[in-house]
Amino acid sequence: MSENLSAFAYLFASVCFIMSLRGLSSPTTARRGNMLGILGMTVAIITTLAAPGVLSYWMILLGMLIGAAIGTVVALKIEMTALPELVAAFHSLVGLAAVFVAAAAFYEPAAYGIGTIGHIPLGSLIEMSIGTAIGAITFTGSIVAFGKLRGTLSGSPVVFSGQHLLNAMLGLILFGLVLWFCDVESVYLFWTIVVLSCLLGVLIIIPIGGADMPVVISMLNSYSGWAACGIGFTLSNPALIITGALVGSSGAILSYIMCKAMNRSFISVILGGFGAEGGGPTDGMDGDKTVRRGSAEDAAFIMKNAGSVIIVPGYGMAVAQAQHALREMCDVLKAEGIKVRYAIHPVAGRMPGHMNVLLAEANVPYDEVFELEQINRDFASTDVAFVIGANDVTNPVAKTDPESPIYGMPILDVEEAGTVLFVKRSLSPGYAGVDNVLFYRDNTMMLFDDAKKMSEDIVNALQAI
Amino acid sequence: METDKLVEQASGIADGARALVGKAEALMIQANQLAAPVPASGGDNFVFYFTIFVLAVFVGYYVVWSVTPALHSPLMSVTNAISSVIIVGALIAAGPVDMSFAKVFGFIAVVLASINIFGGFIVSQRMLSMFRKKQ
Repeated sequence: MSENLSAFAYLFASVCFIMSLRGLSSPTTARRGNMLGILGMTVAIITTLAAPGVLSYWMILLGMLIGAAIGTVVALKIEMTALPELVAAFHSLVGLAAVFVAAAAFYEPAAYGIGTIGHIPLGSLIEMSIGTAIGAITFTGSIVAFGKLRGTLSGSPVVFSGQHLLNAMLGLILFGLVLWFCDVESVYLFWTIVVLSCLLGVLIIIPIGGADMPVVISMLNSYSGWAACGIGFTLSNPALIITGALVGSSGAILSYIMCKAMNRSFISVILGGFGAEGGGPTDGMDGDKTVRRGSAEDAAFIMKNAGSVIIVPGYGMAVAQAQHALREMCDVLKAEGIKVRYAIHPVAGRMPGHMNVLLAEANVPYDEVFELEQINRDFASTDVAFVIGANDVTNPVAKTDPESPIYGMPILDVEEAGTVLFVKRSLSPGYAGVDNVLFYRDNTMMLFDDAKKMSEDIVNALQAI
Repeated sequence: METDKLVEQASGIADGARALVGKAEALMIQANQLAAPVPASGGDNFVFYFTIFVLAVFVGYYVVWSVTPALHSPLMSVTNAISSVIIVGALIAAGPVDMSFAKVFGFIAVVLASINIFGGFIVSQRMLSMFRKKQ
């Protein structure tokens, strides 16, 4: 394939990728968008296979078959609740692939048209080492995030004294090593950079707590893009550069949205330690804390007599796998002529948009699901707010108590609703370690049980009435 | 008489075309001369690729802001899948006939990137197929 033709093919692939992201602007065009992504990928792969340097196909075919088999099986088997850890695992693979491609380019520079061994141009060396470092950080960082999301590693932040100093030192050493590597082109230095970056990846993610996982996973998404970008510069491949830049900015924007939804600065998330000091609830109203407990029958009665209900799902719903039972409950309510809508806080769940996917999985139509800004004003005119598995995102202290760690975080104003039904297993505070004052309000009824079991019990009670 | 004029005109046009071809050839040679040192020196066209990069960041910025928040999870899995276009680097490394370290690295990277490509696109498709409107 001539050089011009392949350049056009790569351009076509890049345009496909841009259009595939564009397609995600609405659920109606999203599937076509995904197909465009597949088309772009196919074109990029075929173009590369037709490149003059690619002569032996059996190993490539074998590698792709192995990868395709693993990827397909995993993607088809994965539970939608486990989506965040799957995405984290995928990010780590991109990072590791970037490291290996950079290593290949370093060992065989002639194949990529970047000089010969020992005589790689300075520019390529810089791009290569940056791509490698970001790739390695993404690799181990994503593995730690995967462990935390899966529960294999503790979700609570790991902090020790001098942590930030150590990270800063490691970062500086890494920077020095990159400069040194660009000067001497040593194989040992290359692998030292890889090892050190791997270590840094672990150290960066361990202090970040479970509540901040939506930010972490978006951030790693961004890193994997920049790593691809760095490799794209090394290989002088515009398709890789463009795609890497798209992915990088996408992850960065998602991190920004998540930080804003928690009213935390990106820096404070990265520095970590949030939720570690969750010991003492910060409130001054001890003494008169009584909660109103209710049963499934009470809840069924209240909702049956309501005109409108807003459901506020949170991560607890995902953990209990309650989305199907919840949708069944809503079906019964809708059959009674009650208006049912869902309100989603941006950081509900463990990754951006996680709740929307879980509700979609339970066959909830997407036009019944609303974002915070769209629905927040409607709580005041709603009879019942049904909070299931969410906590911090409804806590009014975010608006009233400047001392609170969640102060300033945009919340769903469920307190405005006529009655608030809280499905929760206990009175324990959420991830932020803050007691929720809503539990003790007069118009709140606590439904202490597993989210799934409670939803099922309410369905039975509704049918019995 | 008419035909003579036509012939004259036609030959005039042909001459013009020939001159153009000559110019094009000269241009092509010049372009080749300009392009030839580029692969040898590698980093020289950095500015060119950097321009692409910066423009792509802007495209990404505007495109991603237009993504509806409800589809942020599929956005992550789709971006994850397309970032596996890094496989093009892996294919070049795994392509040569002779066995070498680079070929092994390339092979490993092909496997890793393929897991991502297939896994990423399939899981995105699974997610997106669940988003339905009210019947």
